[in-house]
Amino acid sequence: MSRLLTWIDDRFPLTKLWDEQWGRYVAPRNFNFWYYFGSLAAFVLVLQIVTGIFLAMSYKPDASKAFESIEYIMRDVSGGWFIRYLHSTGASAFFIVIYLHMFRGLLYGSFRKPRELLWIIGCFLYFALMAEAFFGYLLPWGQMSFWGAQVIVNLFSTVPYIGETLGTWIRGDYTISDVTLNRFFSLHVVAVPLLLLILVAVHLIALHEVGSNNPDGVEIKKQPKDPTTGIPLDGIYSHPYYTIKDLVGVVFFLIVFSIVLFFMPDMGGYFLESNNFIPADPLKTPEHIAPVWYFTPYYAILRAVPSFLNSQFWGVLAMAVAVLIFMFLPWLDRGAVKSIRYRGPMYKGWLAVFVVSFLVLGYLGTVPVTIWGQFTGGWADALDTKDRATWLARLLTIAYFLFFVLMPWYTARDRTKPVPERLR
Amino acid sequence: MKALPRIFAGVLLAAAAGAAFAEEGARLLYAPVASKFEREAMLQRGARDFANYCLTCHSAQYMRYSRLTDIGLTDEQIKDNLMFATDKIGNQMTVAMRPSDGAAWFGAAPPDLSVEARVRGRDWLYSYLLAFYRDDTTPTGWNNLVFPNVAMPHVLWNLQGIQKLVETQYDDKEKAEAAAIAAKGLALVEPALGGKYVVKTLTDDVPGTLSAGDYKSFVSDLVDYLDYVGEPAKYERINIGIVVVIFLGVLFALVYALKRSYWSDLH
Repeated sequence: MSRLLTWIDDRFPLTKLWDEQWGRYVAPRNFNFWYYFGSLAAFVLVLQIVTGIFLAMSYKPDASKAFESIEYIMRDVSGGWFIRYLHSTGASAFFIVIYLHMFRGLLYGSFRKPRELLWIIGCFLYFALMAEAFFGYLLPWGQMSFWGAQVIVNLFSTVPYIGETLGTWIRGDYTISDVTLNRFFSLHVVAVPLLLLILVAVHLIALHEVGSNNPDGVEIKKQPKDPTTGIPLDGIYSHPYYTIKDLVGVVFFLIVFSIVLFFMPDMGGYFLESNNFIPADPLKTPEHIAPVWYFTPYYAILRAVPSFLNSQFWGVLAMAVAVLIFMFLPWLDRGAVKSIRYRGPMYKGWLAVFVVSFLVLGYLGTVPVTIWGQFTGGWADALDTKDRATWLARLLTIAYFLFFVLMPWYTARDRTKPVPERLR
Repeated sequence: MKALPRIFAGVLLAAAAGAAFAEEGARLLYAPVASKFEREAMLQRGARDFANYCLTCHSAQYMRYSRLTDIGLTDEQIKDNLMFATDKIGNQMTVAMRPSDGAAWFGAAPPDLSVEARVRGRDWLYSYLLAFYRDDTTPTGWNNLVFPNVAMPHVLWNLQGIQKLVETQYDDKEKAEAAAIAAKGLALVEPALGGKYVVKTLTDDVPGTLSAGDYKSFVSDLVDYLDYVGEPAKYERINIGIVVVIFLGVLFALVYALKRSYWSDLH
């Protein structure tokens, strides 16, 4: 075995690569709960790719057969239901894991210098994941697949001047059709997964170059080295310490994941929408079209923005900015410290506002705007819409953006605590 | 900072709970859930009734007859008792009626019922099959409290008998909704003229060949069967799930102990 390894190492830097990327990678010793989600995201990605390979063996990307082929997988393919539920539950799990992973960045300032590029690559990964989920959701060819895709592609049609052409170009047709299904299938199983894999590799290389942040926001690389081991005082080797710790995380994740998969794969209509068990019908618009839960905060922002100059484009713009704005965090944050442990009340307060806005917008995006009724009374006649839910969504949309826009100001003025040199 | 994960989980849960919003429409009944021991018999009765009453107009085209061995039937039993339109056990439950004919005869083609239970839910199906009433204003002479103006006639009328509609007017919505709840059965609140609200409930008019209780268990057999047809792997999934979760629980304990032992040499 070791002779084989030497033979390979003489020809390919296998041991070197392993040591640099993981085996001898030095990480801070104080990773907490929030630090599981990076390795979990990688785990879920592998899960999605493996289950996706098996699904593609039985799925038919054909508008007249797609719905049927999913039922064929659910009934006639051995273990087909298991693979399909792994994939459908995995899709939602991926977003839960990624949102928690991103939230970790906000908590501990993981996007701050020297990790700006690492954060931006991560943002690209998030965008690619959204594209992957969007393309994949069309494939079951149910009513929500069809109309959800119709709504999202129509967003592009609101772009001034080129919108209509752009929409037709994306669909390959004047409406969502067999052509669209075929190209979305191709993008979902080949193009975007390839992009995701490349970006993950780049993300990991960048991480292992700059080193991991930690809950204290202390740069362990700046610490003196331990005289006996030769690594930073608060550093430990990833392997075996974090290998085994991440394994604990994976098994715990699998327990929660299995409970959903085996006992409530629909998750009450959030992971698999009941309307999506009706085959796509271009002639019958569902009463209430809502995207899957992981897109609903942005969907709520889209609906909250009023039309202006006879164009819905502003909502689309707001939605796009709400997603893209994460990329600018490294330069918006002017705080003296990274970690929330040493931040002042202003950052903590604004972060809380952001989290509440994101969650409540997420909820509002799943329900009709009429959910809480209308404002009554004469004063309400002056409003463009009387729906109470829309007004709350507007308020929260503003709060969402203020978290980012005011960040240079409140982080610079915040009363931060002194950061210790060693980890707690 | 240790409290944060907990707070976060709490907020997520609250958001999920709040999301279960009320829908407009009739107050539904809860479909009884069969215990594990009576399930097989229920499903077999449901399969029999489905083949006799539903499968003439409604297909279940993603379901194969042979799959019914799941619910304890043998190939012979299936062939002899349930297959009226085909002789190949591997065939799917299709019907001879063309959708275009169905649309011409009823106004809407009878939908395929393979995954209907996943679209509507058990409670909806159960309530729907109990909610037919006589209505001379519709083309079929029947109407439904759960699915107003549905194209389907009450094909089970000789079993259930005939129900008729009872309408009571109330001055405001709160009173009407309180009355709908007090009715303890199927009830539909609708706005009426003059800002009033009307509560629609059903009452028995002509008895059928089954007693009210027997008809309810007939319907719940059928709903259970449709639920099974919607996802034949459901019970297998739950059984496997219990084993998987127990296994992972044990694995977690082992992996956690391993982690403790690896980390014990760190100061």
